[in-house]
Amino acid sequence: MTLTHQLVADEITLAYGDRLVVDELALEVAPGRITAIVGANGCGKSTLLRALARLLSPKSGQVVLDGVELNSRPTKEVARLIGLLPQSPIAPEGIVVADLVGRGRHPHQGLFARWSRADDEAVAAALDATGIADLADRSVDELSGGQRQRVWIAMALAQQTDILLLDEPTTFLDVAHQIEVLDLLADLNRARGTTIVMVLHDLNLASRYADEIVAVCRGRVHALGEPGVVVTAELVSEVFGLDSEVIADPLTGKPLVLPRGRHHVS
Amino acid sequence: MSTARLAWVGAGAGCLVLLALASVAFGNREISLHELIAALAGDANGVGQAAVAARVPRTVLALLVGAALALSGATMQAVTRNPLADPGILGVSSGAALAVVIGIAFFGLSDPYGYIGVATLGAAVAAVFVYAVGSLGRGGATPLKLALAGAATSAALSSLVSAVLLPRVDILTTFQFWQIGGVGGAEWDRIGVVAPFLLAGAVIVVLSGRGLNTLALGDDLAAGLGTQVRRTRLIAALGAVLLCGAATAVAGPIGFVGLVIPHLCRLVVGSDQRWLLPFTAIAGAGLLVAADVLGRVVARPEEIEVGIVTALIGAPFFIWIVRRQKVRAL
Repeated sequence: MTLTHQLVADEITLAYGDRLVVDELALEVAPGRITAIVGANGCGKSTLLRALARLLSPKSGQVVLDGVELNSRPTKEVARLIGLLPQSPIAPEGIVVADLVGRGRHPHQGLFARWSRADDEAVAAALDATGIADLADRSVDELSGGQRQRVWIAMALAQQTDILLLDEPTTFLDVAHQIEVLDLLADLNRARGTTIVMVLHDLNLASRYADEIVAVCRGRVHALGEPGVVVTAELVSEVFGLDSEVIADPLTGKPLVLPRGRHHVS
Repeated sequence: MSTARLAWVGAGAGCLVLLALASVAFGNREISLHELIAALAGDANGVGQAAVAARVPRTVLALLVGAALALSGATMQAVTRNPLADPGILGVSSGAALAVVIGIAFFGLSDPYGYIGVATLGAAVAAVFVYAVGSLGRGGATPLKLALAGAATSAALSSLVSAVLLPRVDILTTFQFWQIGGVGGAEWDRIGVVAPFLLAGAVIVVLSGRGLNTLALGDDLAAGLGTQVRRTRLIAALGAVLLCGAATAVAGPIGFVGLVIPHLCRLVVGSDQRWLLPFTAIAGAGLLVAADVLGRVVARPEEIEVGIVTALIGAPFFIWIVRRQKVRAL
């Protein structure tokens, strides 16, 4: 798997109508690595992810993929390089798992082209990689939240892109399923070298799973780098306005943020 | 799964052939099998044969209109991601109707091409208007807001139709049959005029199927999969409006086919538009032919117009859909 795909945000300004959300932000996504975008609610991290996925055009600046402006490339061609899993995708009523995963093949199919063997193989591989091959004929409506999230990730895998963008892939999941999903993404990154960029709420999970942390604050990159360097009590205070203590996680040695609330702290 | 779907499509097509034969055989005049065969062989000498000869174009028109309305409804449901979408409920049929009435009353419209053009234009204007009104306020075009905007618009447009017609006794009778919705007056040359428009609409809609499949996953995901969301919506909607406009121009506003059929078909072949759309066309054609036969048989020697029969079938079904919990999702 090539690691050559370079996704770069070049001084992008993003706004919804008149409301400025991201202000001249520059970011080079580390190829072949896992990047976690963290920040307070409303800081613009999801908006940034939408721009990286070409869902939102910058008011100024540009998002560049391999040296070419993202918006100037045919959208279907981009969809073969960049996959996106939004925060709350919709599963059509009654759809079965294999069908939903198969919809990830859309960018690989022409207007008249029939379903091909490559499509079949991609779907089978995606079902295997996410461990849901035995659910292939089940209706998505019947699945639990954790299983459903695996189905969506399988759909993104069937798209066979070198870059995968995920907006809070662990929301609405219990802690076991959060770990399960992040382990799955780490497997994918190790096995195929897929570049992963995800928005995460949980700083501790971000520190544990990401190679790179991008801390976004008020529409700008506040800090960027390895979790061990970036995630400090100072950063948590500046970005989240939260008083905390950061220790080394006894399991991994990565930073572990212990928030200091107003109660129960001696 | 594909084999099962294929079997359903085959079974649907088989039923359709039987219904079409029934539609030629049964009518408000009883005829013998002998007369039927003679007539189908091209002999139109007897009264029975003449009746059969008149029923053939009628059957063909019912097939075309039923398929068109069902396809139009299925597409509108996919485009708006709204289970309540239907040309009748969204006011699109009424838009077509009002446009035709105005054309007849004030501009002496009589040319069949004029009918189709005006009806399609009226359908498009009504569709845009209802979508705009339904999108106002928080949350955008939710299913219920769209349905309410459509119902209100539909009622308003129908009153306008009456307002235009009432002082014009001269055109009232010609218009009345059209207004109720029927395929009784079918003639080959009118079918020939409308068929290319229906075909064009059907091709547009069916080719949009794959794009509509991604739209069903939400706009963000569709865009991520490389679908041009706006363009796909616009093209598919255009096909749906063309289908509804042309069908309404030739048969008058016929309700509920576009609502009922896609829901039933989804239960059978699932939500994949590439299967759903063709199956919907078959089932819609079947329903309209069946409704037409029923209307001819139950009230002998009178006829009940097909638009009334579909409304009787469709209204309870509409209530059933609204009462289902998943009405917000599709």
